[in-house]
Amino acid sequence: MLCASGRLLAARTATSLPAPPRGRGPALRCPRRELHFPGNPDPPSWDCLAGRLTRASASPHRRVILRRGRMPPAVGRGLAGSELRLRRSRCGPRAAGRDVAIQAAARSPKRPAPGSWRFEVAGRRAMLALVTLLSFATRFHRLDQPRHICWDETHFGKMGSYYINRTFFFDVHPPLGKVSSVMLIGLAGYLSGYDGTFLFQKPGDKYEHHSYMGMRGFCAFLGSWLVPFAFLIVLDLSNSLPAALLTAALLTFDTGCLTLSQYILLDPILMFFIMAAMLSMVKYRSCANRPFSAPWWSWLSLTGISLACALGVKFVGLFIILQVGLNTIADLWHLFGDLSLSLVTVGKHLMARVLCLIILPLVLYMAIFAVHIMVLNKSGPGDGFFSSAFQARLSGNNLHNASIPEHLAYGSVITVKNLRMAIGYLHSHRHLYPEGIGARQQQVTTYLHKDYNNLWIIKKHNTNSDPLDPSFPVEFVRHGDIIRLEHKETSRNLHSHYHEAPLTRKHYQVTGYGTNGTGDSNDFWRIEVVNRKFGNRIKVLRSRIRLIHLVTGCVLGSSGKVLPKWGWEQLEVTCTPYLKQTLNSIWNVEDHINPKLPNISLDVLQPSFPEILLESHMVMIRGNNGLKPKDNDFTSKPWHWPINYQGLRFSGANDTDFRVYLLGNPVVWWLNLVSIALYLLLGSIIVVAMQRGAQLPTKVEGLTRVLLQGGGQVLLGWMLHYFPFFLMGRILYFHHYFPAMLFSSMLTGILWDTLLRLCAWGPASSSLARAVHAVGILSLLLGAAYSFYLFHPLAYGMVGPLAQDPRSPMAGLRWLESWEF
Amino acid sequence: MLEVLKRPVVVTTNINLNIVALTGVGLLSRLWHLSYPRAVVFDEVYYGQYISFYMNRVFFLDDSGPPFGHMLLALGGYLGGFDGNFLWNRIGAEYTSNVPVWALRLLPALAGALSVPMAYQIVVELRFSHCTAMGAALLLLIENALVTQSRLMLLESPLIFFNLLAVLSYLKFFNCQKHRPFSLPWWFWLMLTGVACACAVGIKYMGIFTYLLVLGVAAVHAWHLIGDQTLSNVLVLYHLLARAVALLVTPVTLYLLFFYIHLTLLCRSGPHDQIMSSAFQASLEGGLARITQGQPLEVAFGSQVTLRNIFGKPLPCWLHSHQNTYPIIYENGRGSSHQQQVTCYPFKDVNNWWVVKDPGRHQLVVSNPPRPVRHGDVVQLVHGMTTRFLNTHDVAAPLSSHAQEVSCYVDYNISVPAQNLWRLDIVNRQSDRDTWKTILSAVRFVHLNTSAVLKLSGAHLPDWGFRQLEVVGEKLSRGHHESMAWNVEEHRYGTSQEQRDRELELHAPTQVDVSRNLSFMARFSELQWRMLTLRGEDAEHKYSSTPLEWVTLDTSIAYWLHPRTSAQIHLVGNIVIWASASLATATYVLLFLWYLLRRRRDVHDLPEDVWLHWVLAGTLCTGGWALNYLPFFLMEKTLFLYHYLPALAFQLLLLPLVLQHVYDHLCRSRVQRHLFSTLVVAWYSVACHVSNKLRPLTYGDSSLTPGELLALRWRDSWDILIRKS
Repeated sequence: MLCASGRLLAARTATSLPAPPRGRGPALRCPRRELHFPGNPDPPSWDCLAGRLTRASASPHRRVILRRGRMPPAVGRGLAGSELRLRRSRCGPRAAGRDVAIQAAARSPKRPAPGSWRFEVAGRRAMLALVTLLSFATRFHRLDQPRHICWDETHFGKMGSYYINRTFFFDVHPPLGKVSSVMLIGLAGYLSGYDGTFLFQKPGDKYEHHSYMGMRGFCAFLGSWLVPFAFLIVLDLSNSLPAALLTAALLTFDTGCLTLSQYILLDPILMFFIMAAMLSMVKYRSCANRPFSAPWWSWLSLTGISLACALGVKFVGLFIILQVGLNTIADLWHLFGDLSLSLVTVGKHLMARVLCLIILPLVLYMAIFAVHIMVLNKSGPGDGFFSSAFQARLSGNNLHNASIPEHLAYGSVITVKNLRMAIGYLHSHRHLYPEGIGARQQQVTTYLHKDYNNLWIIKKHNTNSDPLDPSFPVEFVRHGDIIRLEHKETSRNLHSHYHEAPLTRKHYQVTGYGTNGTGDSNDFWRIEVVNRKFGNRIKVLRSRIRLIHLVTGCVLGSSGKVLPKWGWEQLEVTCTPYLKQTLNSIWNVEDHINPKLPNISLDVLQPSFPEILLESHMVMIRGNNGLKPKDNDFTSKPWHWPINYQGLRFSGANDTDFRVYLLGNPVVWWLNLVSIALYLLLGSIIVVAMQRGAQLPTKVEGLTRVLLQGGGQVLLGWMLHYFPFFLMGRILYFHHYFPAMLFSSMLTGILWDTLLRLCAWGPASSSLARAVHAVGILSLLLGAAYSFYLFHPLAYGMVGPLAQDPRSPMAGLRWLESWEF
Repeated sequence: MLEVLKRPVVVTTNINLNIVALTGVGLLSRLWHLSYPRAVVFDEVYYGQYISFYMNRVFFLDDSGPPFGHMLLALGGYLGGFDGNFLWNRIGAEYTSNVPVWALRLLPALAGALSVPMAYQIVVELRFSHCTAMGAALLLLIENALVTQSRLMLLESPLIFFNLLAVLSYLKFFNCQKHRPFSLPWWFWLMLTGVACACAVGIKYMGIFTYLLVLGVAAVHAWHLIGDQTLSNVLVLYHLLARAVALLVTPVTLYLLFFYIHLTLLCRSGPHDQIMSSAFQASLEGGLARITQGQPLEVAFGSQVTLRNIFGKPLPCWLHSHQNTYPIIYENGRGSSHQQQVTCYPFKDVNNWWVVKDPGRHQLVVSNPPRPVRHGDVVQLVHGMTTRFLNTHDVAAPLSSHAQEVSCYVDYNISVPAQNLWRLDIVNRQSDRDTWKTILSAVRFVHLNTSAVLKLSGAHLPDWGFRQLEVVGEKLSRGHHESMAWNVEEHRYGTSQEQRDRELELHAPTQVDVSRNLSFMARFSELQWRMLTLRGEDAEHKYSSTPLEWVTLDTSIAYWLHPRTSAQIHLVGNIVIWASASLATATYVLLFLWYLLRRRRDVHDLPEDVWLHWVLAGTLCTGGWALNYLPFFLMEKTLFLYHYLPALAFQLLLLPLVLQHVYDHLCRSRVQRHLFSTLVVAWYSVACHVSNKLRPLTYGDSSLTPGELLALRWRDSWDILIRKS
């Protein structure tokens, strides 16, 4: 089904351009910088730079530990004694290992020839270059196809247009996403000559002459970096080129990642920042032996910046924050337990992390949000979602720069707005409740749009004299007063009585009653300001008020349920006997007309920056929660995702259309699935064996450390990016799994490399072992590549008959019945 | 042999008088005037219904928890000789003389009373002093909310009882472990842990939190065991196996057993039948079983059937049609085909009958021998009363405009051809040649021309459709959904050639014969699934509260008010105890973190064994509190103060432990210790005083004047009922 994921959207005119994106520059530069480091073949000096260097340029100091898997057995055995004692120290193997490494290096009789290391370094650089190139090539191939809107491009492309047209809009994703990412999309479009005139109305619309390649190219550009990032992360975690290569191949040849990177979507941007954060975290942790050096600081702050950006794009960014947080806590715990460090040093470490991982991202987030607030100051149709005070700062809104009386007085004409989002104004109209639904009196509802029927007059409960008569003095309404609300257009009083409300059976019905303002005692309401004890005046916009029915003691509220046709599909208003304070029963006064009172400017009422921040987030969170699936519809469930149960139609459904189908490469995905199971099995066997005190040979020990630590790190990433979705009530889509899929591919790379080494290690001689390992990795690589050859039409587009037709290019590839191509 | 005769037979027992005394006062406090008030108090109105259902052996479905708790209450009724004849309709209704109130309330009260000595035992097993243990038990004894809750037909006190029992037996087991593994007591306590966990989970789903706690602690201990290299591999394996059997296999088996007893007991059809599938209903006595008995199993061409939607949401309903047609123009201006309406109707009706017709033949009767319909066959569905064909075409459905309209075809001669061929797709088929079976088969009807699938959209039609449910042809079906699956409920082989005879035949009841039974596991999984997915209406309640209000006791629940006087039962806690318990929890956490950080820097404030006990006690008590409390923040259902009581019970255990720790390790000098002891005694006296003050609200036996009641209203949010006189 070609349908966009439902999002709340609103548009209006003209804003200025938002701030340039932060964080993107450095994060993008890092892989390139990486290329320069290993080029230095000098022997290591003990600074952090060299600390990193050694791992690539293979000084024996660190290599002994980190590359133990590839060491000749003789050296490994020499280390066995000192290694075994350290086996249990799971908290800080790196640091502990390092000391041993230094000793070992001192004792080690043999150093590998520098030539072979230089060769290896060159090989790594070449591989990285190759991987990057391949990634870019696959992502940019046929980027211009199809020449129409695919799936959610309709949303994000539209937002890009809004930025170019400087129009206000509202979306469920965080503001940073709008300001930086979507703006980046917009900027990319702008630079590439897109003029913002395309409407992005619905999927399938042709782009015609509009230039859209800039926006797609930008997303593909970020998406292409995922592969080299994954390559570097795995290289750092496992220190094994084959593992890194395997990971890179899996991601390059995954049709799902490829498809998702080729369109104007938030996901490539999100995944880019997630991977950037992960990479910088891994890098800074590998600088741990040289804390407070320049690279250490830069990687640490890059982590913080990437985190802020990831969270800014989508709330899914929270999961990577969680991962970095857990890592940091473990790291600090380890440092704290290191008695050789003074408490002051530990404190410094703590402060550095607080600074870079908490304060820096927070400041960044807020700064860009502030820009967003300043830039987007025009009113739009999304206003109704926000509170009155929030609207007051949007120019074009009738509350903006308005001057109205500050305090409520008798005789004022007002509109009353419910505090809960998307409920609207108290409303009445000349229609009665139908037969059989409570008393046949005039309907009272809430209505989201501004209308004359939203106007009410505040009157004293016992007199019907005109309070606007100039001979009377102005009398202010105070907290606790008994009032009557008269509907201005129909002159009926707001009324309630012991009849059940039309939809919420436990509440009382609210009606409009009386003629020309004369009703009965059921029209009396006590007006109360929330959290106020004394008879203060009631402020426009700022006071949160409740209306309590005098006779029944119930509270005026809106249930938020939509009335049937007879109620014009406005929302139900009830009087609830439950006195608990919920937002549904709290109101504020928005418009206020009283000629006898002096007007004041509303500018003083404008909410402060933290209030705006809080409110926008509340609205976004509610908007997200509001995306609930319907009962009788098939929806994507989290357990479908890892098994690649069903994809998403990006474009086209029939055999005449140009079809793009978001589906993971089943070979890659099922391999990932098997790898997770295998990893858990192997991991638990090793852990139990270690707990039982089994004597592992040194070589195996090195491999298991890579498996447990490197693999554990990415497994944690996978779990954090996958399992929380089971708890989410909102509607879910297949593409939510892709961040987790990146981690699971990295796990696959690490697992198979280690596993093949472990298998080969057993009986075989070292040359045979190397052969087994090489053949295994190579066959996995070739398998991934071949499956990509089979499934690439999913991503690059298919025309012609559907897969069940033997003439189709995809014939025989529909391995699951649930795939729709 | 003679040796035995030479010596006298001596039985030496140790009786801990503390325990005896605690049991005594526990029983006294919980059983005192137990049958007062002789009226329905608060949630008794809710659990009472289920007791009646058990007594009458009528099937019911309650999504609030597994059946063990309900069965416990019903056991009380059974022992008291309750006949189930009482209408539980409102709180405050007087019990008639046939209701054994005392017996019904006995089991929860016993559970509440026995929790008191159990708290004592737990603290002793945690290796804290007897004085501390007495303190914990006495706190449980005087806590008003616990007393109130255990004196009524409610499930919280059995839940707390089994929670504590699980913890106690695990501790006993753990203490046996060091000296006598695999001895009889070792086995006994290990198995009892599993049984208690199963019972806790069986009473309320909430019990799973305690189960997880025990499992977690057991896992950590097992992990230490694996690391213990003095044990041989085989021995370690035995240990692990024993734990797996006791803590995993036993609870699961018991849980299934509860459902087995439940389903065996409830064998008659009742008011909740409709929610269950046809097959499940057919397994109950009466109800659908009476109708469907003796139906032919295989649907044949010419069969008369009613088709029930399997998803059954928002309502269970049957495919239906009637004379009325779709309005030519809908309210929103779209047009329709103006053909006969097809809907889904939630009541039994003669218009729910359809005849399965072979497109190749004209007859609407079953041939002899009957020709069964198989997976993949093309059929037409003929509406029994109007003889019109089920049809769908490329016209938007009335409400779900993305889907196709389904109608019974009326030929208006306006070039809209009939498209009434449907391919039968049996979803739960074993092979591709499976026949279509009554009740058992879930089938989809795939439209031959458009490949649309017949589906219940879940929307209510407006007045022109008599508020029945909309049925549509879903064109873009993304995967299979239960709302597209239908099963045959009533079925007979049609014999009438003529329409008039057929109408008579449709009105006649189907004949009677054998029954079809589902296996226990099928019934269990269906029942369990429905219980977990059943969503009640959003029940707003006057006394509902949020988890945050529980810790500060910012809420209360009025349980019962005497019809004439102002005597009343009110669930409200002893505010002194609640506040100090929360304070103790905070103190524990802070102290624990402090010690932990200092240990990390190699500063050992506590001796190793004291530290280990301190950690174990904290894990069980603070962990028990956190696990039973924090998950409520994630829950969306209506919450009440009494949901906090299991967490509170754990907190009350922790409180004396923290006090003893402060006395032992933080009070340095004798003066400080004396001062501290005095403070503790003073504090406990205040708690007793408060308890006594609130006693009228707990027992509801004395009527207070409005002035006294107002004086008890210590918090504005307590809704103590005051009669206007």
